[in-house]
Amino acid sequence: MSAAAWRVKRISGRTLLYAAALLWAFISLFPIYWTVTTSFKTAVDVTQGHLIPFVDFQPDWRGWRSLGLSPDTIGATSTVREEFLRRFENSIVASVGASVLAVVIGSLAAYGLSRFRYRFGPWRNKDISFWFLSQLILPPVVLAMPFLVLYKELALLDTRVGLILVYALMVLPIVIWIMRDQFASIPIELEEAARVDGATVWQSFFRIVAPLALPGMVAAFILSVVLCWNEYFFAALLTSSDAKTLPVMVASQTGSQGINWWSMAALSTAAIAPLALIGIFLERYIIRGLTAGAVK
Amino acid sequence: MSEAEIDAGALAGDHSIKPVSSRIPPGRKVAGKWLIGLATLGLAAMLLLQVLDSAGIVAIGFENWRPLLCAYLAWAVALGVGQVMIRGEAGHRALFLLPAVLFTVSMVIFPTVFGLYIAFTDWNLSSFAGRQLNGLDNLRALWADPYYWNALGNMVWYVLAVLVQYAIAFGLALLLNAEIRARKFFRVVFLMPFMLSPVAVSWMVGKSIMEYRFGPAATFARFIGWDNPAFFASPWVARLSIMAMDGWVSIPFIMILLLAGLQALPTDILEAARIDGAKPWQSFWKITFPLMLPVSVTAVILRIIFELKLADIVINVTAGGPGGATDTVSSFIYREYRDRSNVGYGTMLAQVYFVLIVIFVTALLNLVSRWMRRLT
Repeated sequence: MSAAAWRVKRISGRTLLYAAALLWAFISLFPIYWTVTTSFKTAVDVTQGHLIPFVDFQPDWRGWRSLGLSPDTIGATSTVREEFLRRFENSIVASVGASVLAVVIGSLAAYGLSRFRYRFGPWRNKDISFWFLSQLILPPVVLAMPFLVLYKELALLDTRVGLILVYALMVLPIVIWIMRDQFASIPIELEEAARVDGATVWQSFFRIVAPLALPGMVAAFILSVVLCWNEYFFAALLTSSDAKTLPVMVASQTGSQGINWWSMAALSTAAIAPLALIGIFLERYIIRGLTAGAVK
Repeated sequence: MSEAEIDAGALAGDHSIKPVSSRIPPGRKVAGKWLIGLATLGLAAMLLLQVLDSAGIVAIGFENWRPLLCAYLAWAVALGVGQVMIRGEAGHRALFLLPAVLFTVSMVIFPTVFGLYIAFTDWNLSSFAGRQLNGLDNLRALWADPYYWNALGNMVWYVLAVLVQYAIAFGLALLLNAEIRARKFFRVVFLMPFMLSPVAVSWMVGKSIMEYRFGPAATFARFIGWDNPAFFASPWVARLSIMAMDGWVSIPFIMILLLAGLQALPTDILEAARIDGAKPWQSFWKITFPLMLPVSVTAVILRIIFELKLADIVINVTAGGPGGATDTVSSFIYREYRDRSNVGYGTMLAQVYFVLIVIFVTALLNLVSRWMRRLT
């Protein structure tokens, strides 16, 4: 093959590669772009399918005004905004609370499972780990109704505490999976040295192992927050007014809005914005969490 | 109270911390046993009181079952303290595992057992009769329910769609692993759909971009010659649309796992193949793909497990329509609860589905592990 032909081939290969990457980037980003721009559209812009702000339509604060979040309404009282902020707060409390709970008890369990030998009847460490991980299979529908009844009896229905408990249960297997991988990568000699110096198990865990395992904990925490923030099934069944989360609010608006696309778009934008920011700035923790234990 | 039997020693093999033997005064041991015993008695007494109260035999007037919850928490704390008192060092070690075990047991075992009971009742929230055991009626109704079987049939298609997601994800992972500029940018962008809430995606994509009149996807479809771009009107098109949306959200998950696998590949083998004149296509099928099999299997199985829970998008975009063509088992049961308040029957459907899932996933894992062993 001549050098020129080789170069042509190489350049065309490169071009294809970039074309594919750009195409998928477009597919990934277009719905987000569409939602953000639609929140600034008026009815005419929606029906005529205008796409590019300032070029084929003049942005308008309509969608954000209907949420009470546009510059001219931000000072005034707005029931929609209050409702939105309450849902937002519920989402934050439920997802952060559940993630903290899951990371704390999950890390402790993962540490115990990776360092000590447990015996529980015929069960050994391997079986206990498998039992924790097997909770992943459990579909939410199986637990939903019993939880509804249980929570009613315990007066936990429509409370944030109730949501936190369910979500913590949901992400616990994932946290244990990530943390086991993390603890396995920390050399055991450090703890042994500490034990020789007279530290108790708890001291050597909190002073030596926990700081080293912090990146794993952060990864587990962030992945948990993302999963809890997006959870819809339990929230839809177990909350009604007080503890309703953002996805439930978004879902309850989709049917009633008709062609009011701008307000739905504004609501969706606000609901996905925190996660988009996490995706941009904390991407390496997400990847770290997702890939824990997958590659041996 | 078999939790007390959890026995903590040192792990054999490379990961082990040698147990430090310490003498525990017999008095402390006895006190610990008393503590656990008393706490158990207290829990049992509280349970008895609450049951009697709700049965109307004694009138204490509990508003709800929260006292029992508090008693359970107190019992859990006493159990932990007792472990340390009785077994010292080993008890401390058991304390690491106890919170997670107690939490999961109480959150899973009780609902599962209670769910089994509900599943055999004719409980409907909108009827005043209350719940009554109705034997196998729910199972018989399930057997004759075409919508349930239809939803199960749909799940087969949704699970098969995971393979398509896998193929696309593999392509993207290769792309991100290639020598391209702005790799970090593309990685962040490709991961983005995974971060978004499926409910928001239902609106963003399903209800607006794919909207029949003004959605850009419909406009584009008209432009390339599809006169009547109704994405959710005919069964197969609707199913494919749901699959596309689901794929959009979940392909990044598989992609990230595969990318990690690709980055961990030994580069010298690929280098050697290239020097020996292997075409990229050959070296992919002969080297990269076989080496990636373990990661691929992990990714696909995890994805299938998540796919079996698919509900949010279907509930919010099509509500199972048209004619149940896009229904997943979860979304079908959700409507059974929400619209028909049919708690007993819906729970039976869920329990049967759970049994089917367990059988399916266990068979899949066995099959795959046997297949992997034969390959290596």
